[in-house]
Amino acid sequence: MIATAAPVAVSCAGVTKTYGAGQSRVTALRGIDLEVREGELLMLVGPSGCGKTTLISVIAGILDHDDGECLVFGENLRALPQARRTAFRGERIGFVFQQFNLIPTLTIAENVAVPLLIQGRTWRSSIAQAREFLDRVGIGDRWAALPSKLSGGQQQRVAIARSLVHGPRLIVCDEPTSSLDHETGHKVMELMKEVAAGHDRALVVVTHDARIFEFADRIARMDDGKITGLTDRRNKEPER
Amino acid sequence: MRSVAIKMLVGDRARYLGILMGLTFASLLITQQSAIFTGLMARTYGFITDTGLPDIWVMDPKVMFIDDIKPLQDTMLHRVRGVEGVEWAMPLYKGLLKAKLSNGSFQTCNVIGLDDTTLVGGPPEIVKGSLSDLRQADAVIVDEVGATGKLARPATEPGGEPTPIGIGDTLELNDHRAIVVGICRGTRTFQSQPVIYTTYSRALRFAPGERKLMSFVLVKAKPGADQDALCARIAGATGLAAYTTQQFKDLTYDYFMKYTGIPVNFGIAVLLGFIVGTAIAGQTFFNFTMDNIKYFAALKAMGARDGQLLRMIVLQALIVGAVGWGIGIGAASLFGFLLKHTELSFLLTWKLMGVSGLAILVICGISALLSLRTVLRAEPAIVFKG
Repeated sequence: MIATAAPVAVSCAGVTKTYGAGQSRVTALRGIDLEVREGELLMLVGPSGCGKTTLISVIAGILDHDDGECLVFGENLRALPQARRTAFRGERIGFVFQQFNLIPTLTIAENVAVPLLIQGRTWRSSIAQAREFLDRVGIGDRWAALPSKLSGGQQQRVAIARSLVHGPRLIVCDEPTSSLDHETGHKVMELMKEVAAGHDRALVVVTHDARIFEFADRIARMDDGKITGLTDRRNKEPER
Repeated sequence: MRSVAIKMLVGDRARYLGILMGLTFASLLITQQSAIFTGLMARTYGFITDTGLPDIWVMDPKVMFIDDIKPLQDTMLHRVRGVEGVEWAMPLYKGLLKAKLSNGSFQTCNVIGLDDTTLVGGPPEIVKGSLSDLRQADAVIVDEVGATGKLARPATEPGGEPTPIGIGDTLELNDHRAIVVGICRGTRTFQSQPVIYTTYSRALRFAPGERKLMSFVLVKAKPGADQDALCARIAGATGLAAYTTQQFKDLTYDYFMKYTGIPVNFGIAVLLGFIVGTAIAGQTFFNFTMDNIKYFAALKAMGARDGQLLRMIVLQALIVGAVGWGIGIGAASLFGFLLKHTELSFLLTWKLMGVSGLAILVICGISALLSLRTVLRAEPAIVFKG
């Protein structure tokens, strides 16, 4: 159970984002107000094109919004210089991608070690730490394998290990189960809940896979660039 | 991140070999064509290189290269000897004379007449006989290529091999008998005629009668003398041109560079190698980057700085460049080694390897720049587009 008094990890107020100009102008976010608290797993759900991916891109600091304010652990990422924003992402944010994005020519341990190498850690210590995290996600014995030798579920476990290895406080996941069958997707979410969720870490998961909603603490429903509903699954009551 | 960059590059074998092939081909073509060009140009002053003893060459001021003979009066030799700082000065005859072969045909030969007493200006290597044998009556020494080639006696049977001329054989030079007393080996020159060495006085006898016959005065400077200053003193005292060995080589080289189409023809081949190499390697390297763009974007999203990505791409470009250059140099060297006993002129110098390396570096730089532009412009947000 997450106490509502837990510190705020992400705070969005009136966030808007528009792509293109003139006739091809598309408004992806229309004044998003959202808070994600530490220790919470929030799912962003909604139909394709509703703005879910744009919103996590803004939250993760890899896309600038147009108006409004988005603070991540109190930092307004849009206002930060590019170098500091990049460094912030490297230290504080972990990513899990729909297509895993594991570099095919690196072993899985090397893939997991990448966030540490980006931070300037040595190869040896990075690999050692990566192997610890591979143990945690249950595929420590395959550390020397290439991603192509693993199943989709195993690759997503590697991606989860990579998102956690550098101790981030916010993890953003884009459709983490969409490439997986139901059973594997379920196991991946169980793993995510088990190893990624923590009292000082927030998870934002974009999904349209209703079969994994049960893992969410809260579910934010989006449509046409807006939050249309917020359900707190801890008490099963809609907040608004 | 260096290891990540290297593994990304070499792990994709097909692409890696493709980039390497492009760079190897460029390196091979640039190096090989340049080495042939250098070898060919070195032949232009091969005779000067072979004439090792003198420090200074004295000649008519209008001479533009080694084979551009404008004869001097014999009295000039004494005037040169009188210049302060000259240790010794010797005459040299160089001219084209016709040799009548045993089958009755004629062959133009490059006849070199050496000072009778000292034989200064002789060939660098005597294969058979001895240089001092030139002191025998009617003696000549013939170069190995000429002896086995254009001066060889024709085959006695149809389809048979011609017989090289050797010691004891006779030639007829401008209706004068000449006896072969030795075979020498020298640097191939730009001229394809056989080279025949004899004494200066005999060369004058072989040559058609002219008022002036001395081609050059070969000068040795006194130990410690400033050779440039000595050249100036000789020129001042005689009204002739005096060049150090290197200056005369440069004069000859420059003449061929300026007045023949050789540099343009080889330049085009080298340029072609550069362009083809740039196109193949640049395109393949760019494709490699484009194939990996989502991984580079993922690295950016995960906090990789532009500087880190720049270093990764530059490292990848340098690795393929160094390996491709090395293989190309190796292949060019092998080419030169396998053909070293043929007519091919091939001279691979350290400077040439440096130039080839620089060209490959430029190709890699262009390839890296194209890729870098794409990577730095890539939006990390594309990682969320499944």
